[in-house]
Amino acid sequence: MTGEASVAAGSTIDALGQFELHPVLGHLGEALRFSQSPLFMLIAAAVVLVFLYVGMRPAAVVPGRLQAAAEISYDFVHDLAVSTIGENGATFFPFVFAIFFFILAGNYLGLLPFSFTYTSHIAVTFGLAIMVFVISILASIRFQGVGFLKHFLPAGTPVWLAPLLVPIEIISFLSRPVSLSIRLFANMVAGHVLLEVFAGFTIMLAGLGAFGHVLAIAPIAINIALTALELLVGVLQAYVFAILTCIYLREAVAH
Amino acid sequence: MYRTPRLFLFAAPLAAVPGRAVAAGMPQLNFHDPLLIGQVVWGAVIFGGFYLALSRFALPRVERVLTNRRTRIQNDLDVARKAKAEADRASAELLSARHEAAEQARAHVERIQSEARTNAESYAAETAKRLEAEIASAETRITQSREQALSSLSEIATSTTQDLVSRLIGTQDEQTVASAVKRVSA
Repeated sequence: MTGEASVAAGSTIDALGQFELHPVLGHLGEALRFSQSPLFMLIAAAVVLVFLYVGMRPAAVVPGRLQAAAEISYDFVHDLAVSTIGENGATFFPFVFAIFFFILAGNYLGLLPFSFTYTSHIAVTFGLAIMVFVISILASIRFQGVGFLKHFLPAGTPVWLAPLLVPIEIISFLSRPVSLSIRLFANMVAGHVLLEVFAGFTIMLAGLGAFGHVLAIAPIAINIALTALELLVGVLQAYVFAILTCIYLREAVAH
Repeated sequence: MYRTPRLFLFAAPLAAVPGRAVAAGMPQLNFHDPLLIGQVVWGAVIFGGFYLALSRFALPRVERVLTNRRTRIQNDLDVARKAKAEADRASAELLSARHEAAEQARAHVERIQSEARTNAESYAAETAKRLEAEIASAETRITQSREQALSSLSEIATSTTQDLVSRLIGTQDEQTVASAVKRVSA
């Protein structure tokens, strides 16, 4: 959610104003095209790296809480990568880890007041999805050569079906980055618009006098529930993005 | 599962609050905004840096700690397994030694028992032999005494008869008496 007063104190709610980009650092930010979105990307990356650094600093055999949390996040993504991708999973583990925590940190940072959710921008999620797409194609060529093209005609298909199946397979392959990016983008936008709209209801009701003050409790209660839901959605969408990345990479490295 | 009611919730207020919210369009789709493309470029740079920091420094550090722990646990387990094997061997040795000692003791007892039995048997046999010899010698002595007694019996009988005869008839014929006694006692 954004802290900028995007709720017009009146009859309308500007639910989309929170997604507007503004340059930070004044003219320098404007010249460098540096908006609050990259700023929060930097913060997210820093938070994850500091978490890992501080957590692993004791390097104890019997971990404390923070170290256990760092190790659990490592093991969680490592198991995900290795069990999904297979024996080459360890190669792609840092990539999957970066994807998962970049999205997770972005989703969760966006839930803080006065912050910005960079995963609510289709340009960002599409950029991530295209990166996954390109890397999986490069991995396919690296591990299978041109032979990976035979995935477009599933084994055992009658030849006369090929003219029908091959275009379908190609379209489904090309639609991967689209579905991957729109899923994350739409979930984030929907959640934040909802939060904004119900917060706007509270302000509008509060303008109705004493009776409105009482009624205004209802949207606040809904927003609390929505925040809990967004916590779930934030980790779920990061997980979905990461596991789909792993599945695409498994196809790429499988023989 | 959770999406359907959520999307419904999403759609309801948008339908209820028409106007600027929808008409203004989404800032995410305003591709003329240089900041929109700028965030993608910046995002690529930041994500690349994030990936490098993770893969070069942060994640290997975690890996090292985890490997350390695994090897340490493995080593401790190995030591414990070795100690257990040693203890097992010592216990087996102890058992076999005890078994051996028990065998030896039993053999010892048996030997002593059989020795005692042999001793007793030989002592009994000796005693029996000695008694038999004594019996035999006693019998010999008895036989001798009887023979002696029997041989002196005819003399006593002859002299007694001579005495009797001489008292009865006042005369005596030694030869006749002796032959008569012999005839009677034969």
